[in-house]
Amino acid sequence: MSHTAIDSRKIIMTAIAWGIGLLIFFPILWTILTSFKTEADAIASPPMFLGFDWTLENYTEVQDRSNYFQHFWNSVVISVGSTLLGLLIAILAAWSMAFVPAKGTKNVLMWMLSTKMLPPVGVLIPIYLLFRDTGLLDTLTGLVLVLTLINLPIIVWMLYTYFKEIPGEILEAARMDGASLWAEIIHVLTPMAVPGIASTMLLNIILAWNEAFWTLNLTAAKAAPLTAFIASYSSPEGLFYAKLSAASTMAIAPILIMGWFSQKQLVRGLTFGAVK
Amino acid sequence: MATDHSRIAARFMISPAVLLLLGWMIVPLSMTLYFSFLDYNLLSPGMEEWIGFMNYEYFLTDPAFFAALGNTFLLVAGVLVITITGGVALALLLDQPMWGQGIVRILVIAPFFVMPTVSALVWKNMFMNPVNGLFAHAAKAMGLAPFDFFAHAPLFSIIMIVAWQWLPFATLILLTVLQSLDKEQLEAAKMDGARKMSRFVHIILPHMSRAITVVILIQTIFLLSIFAEILVTTNGGPGYASTNITYLVYAQSLLQFDVGGGSAGGIVAVVLANIVAIFLMRMIGKNLEA
Repeated sequence: MSHTAIDSRKIIMTAIAWGIGLLIFFPILWTILTSFKTEADAIASPPMFLGFDWTLENYTEVQDRSNYFQHFWNSVVISVGSTLLGLLIAILAAWSMAFVPAKGTKNVLMWMLSTKMLPPVGVLIPIYLLFRDTGLLDTLTGLVLVLTLINLPIIVWMLYTYFKEIPGEILEAARMDGASLWAEIIHVLTPMAVPGIASTMLLNIILAWNEAFWTLNLTAAKAAPLTAFIASYSSPEGLFYAKLSAASTMAIAPILIMGWFSQKQLVRGLTFGAVK
Repeated sequence: MATDHSRIAARFMISPAVLLLLGWMIVPLSMTLYFSFLDYNLLSPGMEEWIGFMNYEYFLTDPAFFAALGNTFLLVAGVLVITITGGVALALLLDQPMWGQGIVRILVIAPFFVMPTVSALVWKNMFMNPVNGLFAHAAKAMGLAPFDFFAHAPLFSIIMIVAWQWLPFATLILLTVLQSLDKEQLEAAKMDGARKMSRFVHIILPHMSRAITVVILIQTIFLLSIFAEILVTTNGGPGYASTNITYLVYAQSLLQFDVGGGSAGGIVAVVLANIVAIFLMRMIGKNLEA
């Protein structure tokens, strides 16, 4: 193939790919743009793309009207809290399965995975009633607990696949040198496992941030994270597109940025090692 | 080799995870099972009564159940068809040499990180609204009558929204697999004069088939439980036109307070999900041995 043929092919591919990419991304772009419009401009006909009066008033108004940052903070507590708690439990489990495997290890792993496949609606009523009776409804503690449990299998699995890649000889060498179990974990294993743990953490924060079954069903006003707060825009009063957009932009921006850094982990984490 | 000491420590360290998941699975699930045999309404507490399989009889013969079962199937199948064909096409496209490939990939993946309530409400209001939505503007500009998506095609609209959310997932995984394909094999086929179509059918598609199956199974597990998108757009309506099993169980138990009936529905949902899960677990299990 000649040089120009390759180049023209590359130009065409670039144009098609960018066109489709922008088309898929457009709803997000449109939301961000709308968040800077006045409510009147947001529903103007024909729609205004860039030539509107840019304003920040939606962002301040969303906060003034609904205490937005309370919900934002709830999302942070729930996603980070459930992730840290989950990591704490999962690091121990994944470590023991990866480095001291027993006959039943594979079965335990598969069983843990099977709990992830349980449809949440199958346990909705008992959890709701248990939460009601123990005063956990609409509390951050309750949501942290539930989200830790639903994402625990994913955390264990991801960590397990990362730990598996650490060569066992290094641990044996440390043992030969007389390192204790804890010294082995803290000084040998942890430094090697940090990248894996960090990626697991990132993916899990994203999953917990966007979780929208339990957060919608177990919260009212107090502990509602952004998923539930945004849902309150489903019964709107008056003009609200610009405010919905501002609330949405703030809700997705941090996670969009984190997500772009975790593309690789997404594949590993959500396919449970079935695709590498 | 691991010492006895570390072996005991290992069993000890795995126990919190195992016990928690065991508790999470066994306790609520057996409660659901138990409730499903009771006449139990939250509005009349203390009146619970054992009624055997009556709840199942009611739930499984309710026209709402058949509507929900059909909708669940259409929702899952519709989203799968769009995301798998779209994902294969996009993966092939993104694998081509081009400028700014990394940025295009970021643009394509982005919808996956948008929380379900945001994507559903943005699509519903700013795109599909028959008065102020962009689609309505576009229709008017072309001299057509705007289409009221959620009144006339509620399930279709939800399928569109969910497909937009899941297309990135399929694309990303299929692209990862495509990039692991041995390029020399493709070059060799090219030299032998194999046409594009035959290279796709005989080399690329077989290479991707395992990943496609995994994507189908994993998506199905998640798609069976679609909830937020329905709650904030249609509330399952009009009538039962966009109610899936998950939403039906939610409505029965938390809106009508019928714990017994809702629990029977929950068990039915578990059984349905298990049918898919068995196949998925088998594939993952095979990979674990290798």
